[in-house]
Amino acid sequence: MNTDDGGSRREWTGWLFLLPVSLPFVMFVLWPLVHGVLLSFFDVQLTETRFIGLDNYRALVDDEAFRYAIRNTCLFVVLVVPTVWLITLTIAALVYPLGRLAQSYFRLAFYLPVVAGSVCLAMVWLWIFNDQYGLLNYLSADLFGGRVDWLGRTDTALPSLAVVVISWSLGQPVIIFLAALAGIPEEVYEAATIDGAGPVRRFWHVTLPMLRPASLFVVVTQTIGVFQVFVVVLLLTVNGGPAHATRTIVYGMYETAFTPPYNFDYAAAQGSLLLVVLAVVAIVQFRLLGRQTHWN
Amino acid sequence: MKSGWTHWLAWGVLGIAALLALAPLYWMISGSFKLQSDAMQTPPEWFPEDPTLENYRHLFGAESLWTGRRPALRWMCNSLLVAVSIAAGAVMTSALAGYALGKQRFPGRRIVFWLVVATMMLPRQVALVPLYLLTVRMGWMDSYTGLIAPYLCFPFGIFLMRQFMNQLPDEILAAARIDGASEWGVYWHVVLPMSRPALGAVAIFSFMGAWNEYLWQLIVTNRPEMYTLPVGVSKLVSTLTSFDLGLAMAGATVAFVPMLAVFAMFQRYFVKGVSVGALKG
Repeated sequence: MNTDDGGSRREWTGWLFLLPVSLPFVMFVLWPLVHGVLLSFFDVQLTETRFIGLDNYRALVDDEAFRYAIRNTCLFVVLVVPTVWLITLTIAALVYPLGRLAQSYFRLAFYLPVVAGSVCLAMVWLWIFNDQYGLLNYLSADLFGGRVDWLGRTDTALPSLAVVVISWSLGQPVIIFLAALAGIPEEVYEAATIDGAGPVRRFWHVTLPMLRPASLFVVVTQTIGVFQVFVVVLLLTVNGGPAHATRTIVYGMYETAFTPPYNFDYAAAQGSLLLVVLAVVAIVQFRLLGRQTHWN
Repeated sequence: MKSGWTHWLAWGVLGIAALLALAPLYWMISGSFKLQSDAMQTPPEWFPEDPTLENYRHLFGAESLWTGRRPALRWMCNSLLVAVSIAAGAVMTSALAGYALGKQRFPGRRIVFWLVVATMMLPRQVALVPLYLLTVRMGWMDSYTGLIAPYLCFPFGIFLMRQFMNQLPDEILAAARIDGASEWGVYWHVVLPMSRPALGAVAIFSFMGAWNEYLWQLIVTNRPEMYTLPVGVSKLVSTLTSFDLGLAMAGATVAFVPMLAVFAMFQRYFVKGVSVGALKG
């Protein structure tokens, strides 16, 4: 990194290598972020655009649908993130001792749903949850003696969607935890064993602390991912229903902007709020992980 | 870990978990060979008893019940074109930028790297509306440009390339420079060939991201000929009057299989790429 053997001429060649990416970066990544925030302060009509200050944000405070969207998005985070963390940590801890072949086999099994993508899987879950001829109701009718309209009830709809999101979120964390487990030196375990620690205490006092960076990374990437829950809401529910029970922030933004009456600036205000929340999450990640990794 | 029963217990628990994880995919593929009447049966047909290709005929047939001729073939070509273009573009821009940030010292380097990390963590959805307005203003609705252009910059790819190239030994680069190689020569003949694993990872992640993208493709396309597979498949459900289960499963399978093939070919790059972001170096 410290080979500053170039002259002042080479000082700027770095920028030449950045040139090709700079246009798409500024045009499609950076400017839209700025433009979105700007838009939220204006009232955009076909004929005129006028500055309205914080009116959009004031309207959001009183917007019942938006309050539901925030509540549901937080519920998704609370239901999905810890569950994914716990399941994938358990899977990785069980798979790792079984050897290389088992590792690649299970890594594949849990990553395949990620490969399939959310739309394909949403189609299947639509069928599985169906109250007439869905798999789940066939099973629940036997177990609980009754059919449940999983996606049609306010109390079961959101948890059902959370299950779907969990089911396709396991692949990446399993890979990360397996890689992190492989990075723990054998000597640490040996030392713990000599000190008289059994398997449980070794896991609790050696493995878990050593997996901290990986855990943090998983929790933060999952949180950012879950904040974007959209596909399940659009494809598995009717307009985020029943009674706003499954409406999320990104779904609300989509509905505001792309269904009549196409209120772009109001949607931009929702996007800007999401931006602020995610920026905070990202900063927290940068702070916490920056200490342990060698980014710069 | 060598003791018998814990070993088998672990296999048992994992086996059940893996079965549960893969069950929806099995239900999707087996369902694609069922007619509506078979799919709606109670108790469900665990294995298609009269497997039929009727659903695939609807998707690929010359006279489809859906939007005219061979809709799924068109959607597949659209998806392929979009995903390949995005992967090619993302690899090119990410590798160049990764080299600049990983191996060059220049004024503003820290700020640029910080911007890349920041945007990597912010999903595109937050800028959905301005991106849409931009696309409309450029006249890119219902066009391949509209589907491809916004994804030519792939911040995660830049980050990944930067991390990888940063650890390449400086001595090799210095040796090439002493031999009279230009900065471009060093990049093209020395750094790029050594970065193959990272290039593979960026290619595969941008490809999969584009192939499975939904929200943006849904917004940009209005005409059925411009749909990509995920959009087309989702419209099979929302536009037809009744939910034809078998047809939806066939559509989902058609969207899944090409991605599965690509995944099978490049599996090792996936594992590398997923772990690079998490662990140091």
